[in-house]
Amino acid sequence: MTFTDPNTTTLPEDGTVRELGERGTTRGATILRRVFAAKRARVGAILLVIIALWAFVGPLLYPWGFLDQDVRAFGDPPSLNHWFGTNNIGQDIYAQTLVGLQKSLIIGFIVGPAAALIAGIVGAVAGYLGGVWDRIIVWVIDLLLVLPSFYILVLLSPVFRSLSWLALVVFLALFGWMVLARVIRGQTMSLREREYVKAARFMGVSGATIVRRHILPNVASLLIIDATLGIGAAILAESTLSFFGFGVQPPDVSLGTILALGSTSAVTRPWLFVFPAGILVVTVLASSLLGDALRDAIDPTSGATSD
Amino acid sequence: MIGFIGRRLVNYVFLSAIATALGYLLVSATFQPAARFLGRNPPVPQASIDAALDKLGVNPSVPILERLWEWATHLVTTGSLGISTRGTQVTADIFERAGTSLRLLVIGTVLGAVIGVALGVWGAVRQYKASDQVITYASFTVLATPVFVIGILLMIGATLLNRAVGTNVINFTGEYSAGIQGNFFVILQDRLVHLLLPTITLTIGAVASYSRYQRSAMLDVLSADYIRTARSKGRTRGSALIRHGVRVALIPMSTFFAYSFGLVLTGASITESIFSWHGMGEYLIMSTTNSDVNAAAGTILFTSILVLIAGTLSDVIYAALDPRVRV
Repeated sequence: MTFTDPNTTTLPEDGTVRELGERGTTRGATILRRVFAAKRARVGAILLVIIALWAFVGPLLYPWGFLDQDVRAFGDPPSLNHWFGTNNIGQDIYAQTLVGLQKSLIIGFIVGPAAALIAGIVGAVAGYLGGVWDRIIVWVIDLLLVLPSFYILVLLSPVFRSLSWLALVVFLALFGWMVLARVIRGQTMSLREREYVKAARFMGVSGATIVRRHILPNVASLLIIDATLGIGAAILAESTLSFFGFGVQPPDVSLGTILALGSTSAVTRPWLFVFPAGILVVTVLASSLLGDALRDAIDPTSGATSD
Repeated sequence: MIGFIGRRLVNYVFLSAIATALGYLLVSATFQPAARFLGRNPPVPQASIDAALDKLGVNPSVPILERLWEWATHLVTTGSLGISTRGTQVTADIFERAGTSLRLLVIGTVLGAVIGVALGVWGAVRQYKASDQVITYASFTVLATPVFVIGILLMIGATLLNRAVGTNVINFTGEYSAGIQGNFFVILQDRLVHLLLPTITLTIGAVASYSRYQRSAMLDVLSADYIRTARSKGRTRGSALIRHGVRVALIPMSTFFAYSFGLVLTGASITESIFSWHGMGEYLIMSTTNSDVNAAAGTILFTSILVLIAGTLSDVIYAALDPRVRV
């Protein structure tokens, strides 16, 4: 069973590494220009920045705190006073959503890059060392893919539930790298045969240094794409786990815990559910639009560079 | 080809066995089955706690490897997965719940794959036209929406519809109405109505991801020489695209099918819990809340067997579609 993950990358596992860069410009500038030529990338990047600013600045500009109770407004629909309405004990949903969004964003922005980093290191080590090590690592990856990550996280939840939300971050990253690692491994196996890697090896440069200096920079584009897409994926995973009570625990709030509370009366008071859900969807959408546009810009085989 | 499938099968069986054993160790180490006896008033004597835990084979004072050995030999010799914390046989629970899960999964997966592939081909053929853009942005939005949000939004919609009509047109709690009486068709109709919302929830997600992959696989194929050859030897555009394009573009999809199976299971377990279907996904979530080691281990075994079947199936499809594998 070969697991290429078209969701995160479209490069083939046999991985011919493609040259980028047009005459007269650096590689980075070319990529940046291509990324932001795509409308999706601009929309995604701008949305992400706005959402992040809103989450962290928004509460400062709003009169209600996320634990404040308005005794004159129990379960009120959205109004000028309470923009997203209130819940049945008079807490402001707008204030709560922003605080939850902060936590979800922090989790996403740590887990996405962390998982990509693990994938990069494991994949590069397996591909570079080859032989027995490669077989062991691939076997472990296959083993971790037998059970869905969500199942593993649910089964492990007694461990991180008793710790802080930071433990959840660690576990989300620990079970989110496997598929990308296989792709990176394929790339590394072809990079290993490149002349400059061979030259470095024959000059006596150590394996760790070669991986760090020559392999990882060459697969960096893939890692950046996956780190971006991983932000959204982590926010989705976190909210789903929290929704079932396996993720972020009170007194901490995240979008998932807010949605869990709101879902019980979602039919009679839709504002408790619909507004946080909408913000969650827009956040994840922004990260996936940006990630997808990055992929189009970096990987010429994926086709579109404009839309 | 038989050899290829056989080798794969042996590999999967081995992986599943190891995964189950590790899973058993994992839940034995993390779950605390004794916790529900503690803090009671009057306090439960240690002897009866031990007796209860020993009966389930989950007493933490027994070394963990010994417990695994007991569990595995019990499974191999008697086919029993032990007793759940509620006193039921885990094997019987699983057989009952697996039927529920499969009824939900099969329809959702098949519908999702068929509609998704069709939409993906459509989008690739009409690249950058309005319909392609609509499909692309719609699937991005669906993929950005957690499964439970889709499910609850559908529930809100159904409730509003029921209210507007005045009767319960769409029932969405459970697999069938409790205590329903009547002939075969009444019961069948009741079950189909209950299937509606969970199936839509599962199908929407599957359609969104399959259409994305199929579109990109199809785009790779569209510019290939053999499509031009097929056209130049006189095939119509439609025939060339279907016979030579879609068939080739389905090859990577068979790998994706195996990979995405875990996501399908995840989606199913969330859907089950939301719509109160007593299936395997709900069993997993319940076993964690109840610290039920045997039920969780049984679910792990069941899931890894499903993943094994999905992997083998995708290899068979791959071999059937790609003649190069058959040598």
